[in-house]
Amino acid sequence: MLSKRIIACMDVRDGQVVKGVRFQQLRYAGNPADLAERYNVEGIDEVVVLDITATLETRRALADTIHAVASRIFLPLTVGGGIRDEDTAAAAIDAGADKVSLNTAALKTPEIISTLARRYGSQAVIVAIDAKRRDDRYAVYVRSGTSDATCDAVEWAREAESRGAGEILLTSMDRDGTKAGFDCEMTAAVSDAVNIPVIASGGAGAFEHFTDVFTRGYADAALAASIFHYSEHSVSELKQYLHDQGLPIRL
Amino acid sequence: MIALVDYGAGNLTSVKKALSALDYDYRVPAPAECVNAEGIIVPGVGHFAATVALEGPWRQAITAAIASGTPLLGICVGMQWLYAGSDEDADVPGLGAIAGRCALLPGDADWRLKIPHVGWNALEFQPGAERSRLLRGIESGAYVYFTHSYAGPVNADCVATATHAATFAAVVERDNVFGVQFHPEKSSDAGLQILRNFLAVCTDSAAAARGAAARGL
Repeated sequence: MLSKRIIACMDVRDGQVVKGVRFQQLRYAGNPADLAERYNVEGIDEVVVLDITATLETRRALADTIHAVASRIFLPLTVGGGIRDEDTAAAAIDAGADKVSLNTAALKTPEIISTLARRYGSQAVIVAIDAKRRDDRYAVYVRSGTSDATCDAVEWAREAESRGAGEILLTSMDRDGTKAGFDCEMTAAVSDAVNIPVIASGGAGAFEHFTDVFTRGYADAALAASIFHYSEHSVSELKQYLHDQGLPIRL
Repeated sequence: MIALVDYGAGNLTSVKKALSALDYDYRVPAPAECVNAEGIIVPGVGHFAATVALEGPWRQAITAAIASGTPLLGICVGMQWLYAGSDEDADVPGLGAIAGRCALLPGDADWRLKIPHVGWNALEFQPGAERSRLLRGIESGAYVYFTHSYAGPVNADCVATATHAATFAAVVERDNVFGVQFHPEKSSDAGLQILRNFLAVCTDSAAAARGAAARGL
């Protein structure tokens, strides 16, 4: 039986892992390859490296980070942040990424989803959706949360799937960094709308939150960052807990 | 030396990194150079149509290598290529070293079992798995990482299956031909153990061939 995946996200800036609250107040949390190795030992299922600077000057540093992480751990590795076209996607994959996560680029130029799916296969293309509740809908915002909403999360997820996305990474901007729990209703709405796996993100603060998002949110995977970075809870304790709750988990 | 077959499908980076971590020498040779390889790996991600690039010189070289006893490992689409073909592209023939055709996996909306089948799933050993050279040191129930929509049928060459909405071949093994539907290079310790096992088969096979040559056989 397919297990529910636990994914650790590392927001990387200038080669260092950082984490903010609602995209603000950055704190440093260590070297990406060292952290990834610790997660691997603890049984993490997958790792995401999100380049939160993504300027041209740091592109080379990002490739070095991807190479360093991919040489130390043998797990699926996703790279996001600043994947703006075929060239930047190719650079990430050549450096050792298995998947790229598209956000702003996919909203601006949806054709990039099918271009990359044709070149690397759908399994290599994740569309990341950052959404906020607005009335009883979920409004999509572009990354860093400064621009206005562009479309509805459920509709955008469906379109991304039809264009060849292999997975959806759905982040609740209302919950991100708050530790108040995942937005299970939003996750369920998107998960019900598509046939590709949905990774829930934003708000993980306690083990129960993961149970909730897998059972009520119908998430296929759950992503968290700060809950793991500072050793507040180890990955292995979380996975043992979920396994004891009767969820299919790789131990 | 392991020959890593580059037929332009996806990237070889992760397999290269795993072989380097296992301290094994590899090359990305032209078809004719496969004759010197201790083993051949056909990796793959993406669409079966890409294997059309294996027609011609690659098919000849790989067929000859298998016949001479060189171990072959197909990974993901590389394993699907070992069968007669795949419904994903009916116009492209497979190698035909393993009987049967690959077909689209079913999903199950009621149980929210989605396609593609992405993530960690458990290996279910079949009768005879205890004799498998590829699965040495691995236990039934071990989790490995899959990402695919098509898969091969369970037949006599299948030593381990996995189950999503349906049961499919996860590992095939027939003499010196091996295939894994999952990605050992992305399956952490269990995956590295399986790659290590394949490399051990290659080393043993090469040593046996050298021994036979030395005795003038």
